Amino acid sequence: MREVVVTGLGIVSSAGEGIEAHLAALTSGAAPRIDATTFAPYQVHPVVPLEWDRQIPKKSDQRQMEPWQRLGVYAAGLALDSAGAKDDSGLKGRMHLIVAAGGGERDYAVDGQILTGIRKAENPGVYLNERLMGDLRPTLFLAQLSNLLAGNISIVHGVTGASRTFMGEESSGVDAIRIAAARIASGQTDIFLVGGSYNAERPDVLLVFELGGFLWKKPFRSVWERPPEGSGLIPGSAGAFLVLEAREHAEKRGAKALAKVAGVVSERTRRTPGAVKSAVERHWQALGAAPEAVVLSGATGVAGVTEEEQEALRSLGAATVHSTGDLFGHTVEAQAPAGAVLGAALVQAGAPEAVVTSVGHWRGDGLIRLTRAE
Amino acid sequence: MAERDKQGRPLVAVTGIGVVTSLGQGREDNWAALTAGRSGIHAIGRFPTEGLRTKIAGTVDFVEAEPFCAPTLSERLAMLAAEEAVAQSGAGRAGDFPGALFIAVPPVEMEWPQREALAEASGESDGVTYPGLLKAAATGQFKPWHDLFLFGTVADRVADRFGTKGSPISLSTACSSGATAIQLGVEAIRRGETDAALCIGTDGSVNPESLIRFSLLSALSTQNEPPEGAAKPFSKNRDGFVMGEGAAALVLESAEAARARGATILGYVLGCGERGDGFHRTRSSPDGAPIVAAIREAIEDAGLTPDDIDYVNAHGTGTPENDKMESMGCMAVIGERMKSVPISSNKSMIGHTLTAAGAVEAVMSLMTIREGRIPPTINYRTPDPAIPLDVVPNEARDASVGVVLSNSFGFGGQNTCLVLGAEPKG
Repeated sequence: MREVVVTGLGIVSSAGEGIEAHLAALTSGAAPRIDATTFAPYQVHPVVPLEWDRQIPKKSDQRQMEPWQRLGVYAAGLALDSAGAKDDSGLKGRMHLIVAAGGGERDYAVDGQILTGIRKAENPGVYLNERLMGDLRPTLFLAQLSNLLAGNISIVHGVTGASRTFMGEESSGVDAIRIAAARIASGQTDIFLVGGSYNAERPDVLLVFELGGFLWKKPFRSVWERPPEGSGLIPGSAGAFLVLEAREHAEKRGAKALAKVAGVVSERTRRTPGAVKSAVERHWQALGAAPEAVVLSGATGVAGVTEEEQEALRSLGAATVHSTGDLFGHTVEAQAPAGAVLGAALVQAGAPEAVVTSVGHWRGDGLIRLTRAE
Repeated sequence: MAERDKQGRPLVAVTGIGVVTSLGQGREDNWAALTAGRSGIHAIGRFPTEGLRTKIAGTVDFVEAEPFCAPTLSERLAMLAAEEAVAQSGAGRAGDFPGALFIAVPPVEMEWPQREALAEASGESDGVTYPGLLKAAATGQFKPWHDLFLFGTVADRVADRFGTKGSPISLSTACSSGATAIQLGVEAIRRGETDAALCIGTDGSVNPESLIRFSLLSALSTQNEPPEGAAKPFSKNRDGFVMGEGAAALVLESAEAARARGATILGYVLGCGERGDGFHRTRSSPDGAPIVAAIREAIEDAGLTPDDIDYVNAHGTGTPENDKMESMGCMAVIGERMKSVPISSNKSMIGHTLTAAGAVEAVMSLMTIREGRIPPTINYRTPDPAIPLDVVPNEARDASVGVVLSNSFGFGGQNTCLVLGAEPKG
């Protein structure tokens, strides 16, 4: 099996743009950026303002994307820059891509008008047809389509080796990294761009969470402090990408290895009481993680699973635990990639190892272990 | 018998196949209809089509789903196809499939009936807004819809039913998704990570908004009369694809594991090729280079040469762009010989089952190999001089087929090609 190393990192979120901003936010202990008014009573962690032109030079490309895609394309560009790959078209032409994505973004005004009018319509079905035919922007479809984040990365950045899009909320982020690492380790592919993005600042995604009662509506609390008072996540907007490659491939092209992917576990443990606690413990042991590992927890704040993860981390003796949910909110498909970006950066900055946890708000449980590259 | 390919990797055998489309449920019914040149495309009865440019589709109307929406129908179709495939393969025991699940599912989102119910419950009489819908959601009355409209739910339920192992992968590569599901299974078996994989493509998403989205991109045929004549791949007068629904499932196993348990091997997935295209969101690079590269890579990955391809199961959507580029790509790789290599499009009868298509067509490719009969491209009346190919016009043909190239191309620059064979080439 070949060693898999991280050679590029890109991240944007409410905590800022790039690694330095995020590491500073991790250590400063400052309160996270929250927008509590736009979608009140719901809160979101809004992404910092970005100069899109810096990663997406063509306005025509920017216009063809909804924000969730732009966030991902932007973060992917940062990762390519950091891996020294941005200007190597030959390398990008054989670089493979796995994106963890949801989709959607709607025309909210059109939806509202249709829902208002359809009740009074003589023939609701015909009314719906006429309004959608007349009011939908033809290009909106492509800005909604799940695999078009990957498609836009191919178009904007020229990453065209192969591209796959995994869906399935939090698990898709862990699985994207798991399968990319497995393919590199086994020699199937030399280099991957892998990650995801999420736009929280949109009512249609809030709606799906709220249907299940998963949103936190009280004043901000750390994810760990929410369960005694209630339950819920605060979504955050983010994009996070990593460049992973075989160690010898990185060495050959003179790329610096920032961290090593020591292992990834992803499961779908049936959620009976105590099951998440034992799953986290089992995964930790399977990966051979040590108590001195810095933990980047993706805990959501949803009652039950959040306490169980916390108990597991305590029982494992995890000394340092950062909650990415407290730093920039719950970024769903991008949660594990964002944790992995920060974990790799911390290892590069001197931590002995890092463990990323991803316990989904509804299903899925995974861990990623990153160790020092040398 | 060889258990490794020329590159020393485990050979990937297919031991079970299952399919459901508008032509019927099960491989036998589908095969009979396809080789009879029968179309499953009909006038849409599921919702009113007044005001639409396209009023036809290959919907699956004989499968119930409750509440009726794309994720529930896609789930039902996936279950039916997988039941047939898993039963045929005999792998594992009921509810205990000995491997991973890779499932191509249509992107999920809330649909209009649910939005309307929330609007009703919001109490907003004039001027429905998202804050109103959120207020209705907050009542907790609609709790099951959270799970229903998560992207991972179809996979979760299929994984539960069949007892597949590990975290199931839900994926989308647009119209090549079904082929990608198979490719992921092949790769997992080749790395020795699993001995078996259940690979599924499913799509039950013909609803007004999804049809209108494609219609607004001018991707659909508008020749509504007669419906069965609308899908005209490779014809000069082709005017777009026709949406279809369906699902297909394949049980992949390492040849070694399959033989060890005495399973019947239906064929092999010998090679996979994939290439992204950064040219445009919906159009291929004008020189066809990514398509050419994907075809070439699939053939090389199979340890074969272009001369070994006996038949091409085309992506063949019937859009002016696809068929031209696909023809050009096949000609570029296979050369002058391509003019006499049969190539046909199952979509002329089934329509374009979108997320499912790559898997449906892989199943039909294996049936073609096993039955020694090539399904036709129907509605081929006006040849396109720019496509000088043997498209197996209008009637099925008996032929000995050992190796099939199955192409899948999708929006977002997705190009995935599979090479399926009766036997690995020694």
